[in-house]
Amino acid sequence: MGELSEFSLNYRLFLKTYRWRRIEPVPWTPLKKPLRDCRLVLVSSAGIVASHQEPFDSAILGGDPSIREIPVDTDVPTLKETHRSKAFDHAGIRQDPNLAFPIDRLRELTDAGRIGSLNHRHLSLMGSITAPGRLIKREVPPVISRLVADGVDIALFIPA
Amino acid sequence: MGLVAAEFERQEISTVAIQLLRLVTEKVRPPRALCVPFRHGYPLDSPNDPQKQHKVLAAALGLLENQELKPPAIVDFKK
Repeated sequence: MGELSEFSLNYRLFLKTYRWRRIEPVPWTPLKKPLRDCRLVLVSSAGIVASHQEPFDSAILGGDPSIREIPVDTDVPTLKETHRSKAFDHAGIRQDPNLAFPIDRLRELTDAGRIGSLNHRHLSLMGSITAPGRLIKREVPPVISRLVADGVDIALFIPA
Repeated sequence: MGLVAAEFERQEISTVAIQLLRLVTEKVRPPRALCVPFRHGYPLDSPNDPQKQHKVLAAALGLLENQELKPPAIVDFKK
């Protein structure tokens, strides 16, 4: 398990005392059809950007709530990790962005018939957002509307 | 991530979230979560190791197919 002991004392205290927002009630959408017929969107909070995109802004208090759309045909080695946290080791993701944005693995699963298809756009967010209101109320709803219009059935969330 | 996943579920997109800290996952309660035994920065185990990455992804996708789970479904990944 990822452990609190990975982190510095200050960060451990933050994780223990931060007022995490509890989801209540927990919404639940059961899978409506076999995975082999589903369209998947990948959502990573590793702060990954495509080569033509601006990095996330680490100066925004509470965290940059903006969302990047990453095209499905993106070349993984060109992706750049811009996560602002100094609390963890970034070397693995920088060496292999598939570690937090596994679009190559998902293409393999689609080619094997395990998943029906990959959406043409995938999402990248900044993690460690301490003021999530702007993200949830302003940024996420229009993105979900676009995904619904895309015919997305399932979403896979991966942190950093 | 859990809060975002909940918004997706409210719009009828089924979600599964890989999670690194069970302590936080239990507080936030995303709809479906796979808690993995890896340190931060390594959510799919190891870089440049497709086999290990596929193992985690297979477990995550399996949660979507498991019709017996109830919300919040917080499941530990077994290596």
